[in-house]
Amino acid sequence: MSTSRRTIAAAVAGAAALALIATGCAPAASTGGDDEKITLTLGTFNNFGYSDELLAEYTALHPNVTIKQNIAKTSDDAQTNLFTKLAAGSGLSDVEAVDGDWMPKVKQYSDLFVDLASDDNAGRYSDWKTAGGTADGKLIGLGTDIGPEAICYRADLLSAAGLGTTPDEVAANIAGDWDAYYAAGEKYTAATGKAWFDSAGATFQGLANQYQNFYEKDDGTVIATENPDVKAAFESVLGASSTLSAHLQEWTDDWAAGMANGSFATMLCPAWMLGVIQGDSPDATDWNIANVFPDGGGNWGGSYLLVPTQGKHTEAAKEFTDWLTAPEQQISAFKTAGTFPSQIAAYDDPALTGATNEFFNDAPIGTIFADRANAVTVTPFKGINYGAIMGAVQNGLTRVEQGQQSVDDSWTQVIADIKALG
Amino acid sequence: MTTTTLRPTERSPRRIAFSQTLSRWDIKLSPYLYISPFFILFAIVGLFPLIYTGYISLLDWDPIRHSGKFMGLDNFAWVLGQTQFWLALRNTISIFLLSAVPQLIIALAIAAVLDSNIRAKTFWRMGVLLPYIVMPVAVALIFSKLFSNDYGLINTLLSDIGLPKVGWHTDVIPSQIAIATMVNFRWTGYNALILLAGMQAIPRDLYESAAIDGAGRFRRFFSITIPQLRPTLIFVIITATIGGLQIFDEPQLFDSSSTVAGGASQQWLTLTVYLHNVGWYQNGKYGRAAAIAWLLFLLIVVIGLINLAITRRIANNDARRNR
Repeated sequence: MSTSRRTIAAAVAGAAALALIATGCAPAASTGGDDEKITLTLGTFNNFGYSDELLAEYTALHPNVTIKQNIAKTSDDAQTNLFTKLAAGSGLSDVEAVDGDWMPKVKQYSDLFVDLASDDNAGRYSDWKTAGGTADGKLIGLGTDIGPEAICYRADLLSAAGLGTTPDEVAANIAGDWDAYYAAGEKYTAATGKAWFDSAGATFQGLANQYQNFYEKDDGTVIATENPDVKAAFESVLGASSTLSAHLQEWTDDWAAGMANGSFATMLCPAWMLGVIQGDSPDATDWNIANVFPDGGGNWGGSYLLVPTQGKHTEAAKEFTDWLTAPEQQISAFKTAGTFPSQIAAYDDPALTGATNEFFNDAPIGTIFADRANAVTVTPFKGINYGAIMGAVQNGLTRVEQGQQSVDDSWTQVIADIKALG
Repeated sequence: MTTTTLRPTERSPRRIAFSQTLSRWDIKLSPYLYISPFFILFAIVGLFPLIYTGYISLLDWDPIRHSGKFMGLDNFAWVLGQTQFWLALRNTISIFLLSAVPQLIIALAIAAVLDSNIRAKTFWRMGVLLPYIVMPVAVALIFSKLFSNDYGLINTLLSDIGLPKVGWHTDVIPSQIAIATMVNFRWTGYNALILLAGMQAIPRDLYESAAIDGAGRFRRFFSITIPQLRPTLIFVIITATIGGLQIFDEPQLFDSSSTVAGGASQQWLTLTVYLHNVGWYQNGKYGRAAAIAWLLFLLIVVIGLINLAITRRIANNDARRNR
């Protein structure tokens, strides 16, 4: 046997690697014009539909500019990234995408972003989309897409319950207010014993986006705890969900699996959801879209592109952003990822109105979502606390769906959680 | 460095004096110079953030503008008044216990097996370290799929053999067991290797004489290996404690459903996840997040002191027995 041997413990020093985004080597005052070689970085999340081919078109127009896209997985990741690097004062992409839901938080720092207003983009958007990108009189965000909502459904499941197969039949069966949507669901569950929609949380998003001042007044005062509309929506959605919901919380693995397995027959469908459904249930063949939405219309989500002043090529980035958010480019993105244009001029463009989606059984998505966008009458106000309040309410809905609390107990805790945010 | 002393006569007195000064500095200062890299690094990445976080915790801090108004201890008072904070503290400790205890027992067993004469030693030793080199994020993503409530592999298997499904993402204890499983998956092999290193350092003649005295395999393990392993065990326990109290990746990524991580009723909200929620999703309440960070630091210090006291006792016991 060997004699005792001392093993020497080695201390391992972990080195944190900082990923720095190369922004080229040109001096700060670069305009990006003429023939100076520069690289512009573009930070997006999820799927904005900015394909390599689309970005290559810009390089073809501006041979000196190379575009590099950094894609974060979720809107939340992009949010963390933006605020961290905004605080650090460096590291942001030359052009950054911002979700409408947390745009109010970004607008507090409008001095750190470039004013993007120009003759090219004047009158490009509806008033509310322009207002969403404007802070302190500066247009810091150029709109990309909006999220007009329709209803997505599984034709095989609905026809089994006698609720129609074609989009028109289905739309006729569920047209009306939220009660009509739930009533059709009762028929479906009575006939099949299966769930009608995915979760109370997702359905609640549909309701929340139909009020001008749901959680906050226009001056930012939080009214979520005393607004009777919030409590009524909370209780009505949970009342419906007790029999109609599959209790699959959005963005979970179960939710994605449920989409593929047909564990629910319908779901609220903002335009960008098309890409999510297709991604999560690539083998399903029966998804379709009904041109209808409870109580008319609603908008869920939609984003902006911003140019941080910390970038090296802000002039070139501004020019690029202007091009990328022009109607033609957004229509191309819509065809790729379903991100519906926020640009008014796009709605009359045959390229948009004629667009269909093969996965959704050749649904005429161009006309459907143009109709849904026209049906949107309310522009919800979203202040700096919107995301945190929505998080507390969504948790409350989930607690009831998971059977951990009664509706009343959960609402009491929601109030406490919202008050704790103050 | 000291070669000049070989030719003292050639140097002018002044010059010699200077070189003597140099060599006196050399003797006095160079040891500090040699150990300074650690302390400089520590000051930059350890001490400075610690103090700066303490400073921020007293302010209503705006992370973008790097300014804020003085709040006194209001942030601490707010944090201590939150039920979520106490839930997070409970979860942190229970997840720590659920992970550290089984982890150490299994690591000890694995180390004991690796320490015995088995074939292909290096292969097995590298094998147990494999989970450690997997990205924690990848581990979290894979395990949260396995533990999905409705379509997860584990629940599917359970219902296939006729058992009821477990609410891995809804109930407190199952969700914490699921998270502890990820931690164990990652750290058991690492701890086993450290314990193995300790075991290898135990003099083999102890085992030989014990064997001659007729002690069986288990008797030798409990009467020789465990007592001799004490310093290593203490090291492993302390590092596991510090790591366990700061657990973040696994609970943060366990459920991707909501922006506010930790579960709808805070089933698996740990202190670090709570810190992140407060700092990043409550419109930048960095001051409060900093206060949570400091409270977590104090908690770790307290538990560290308890660890130290126990270590001292054990060391004293050893000394007494050896006398």
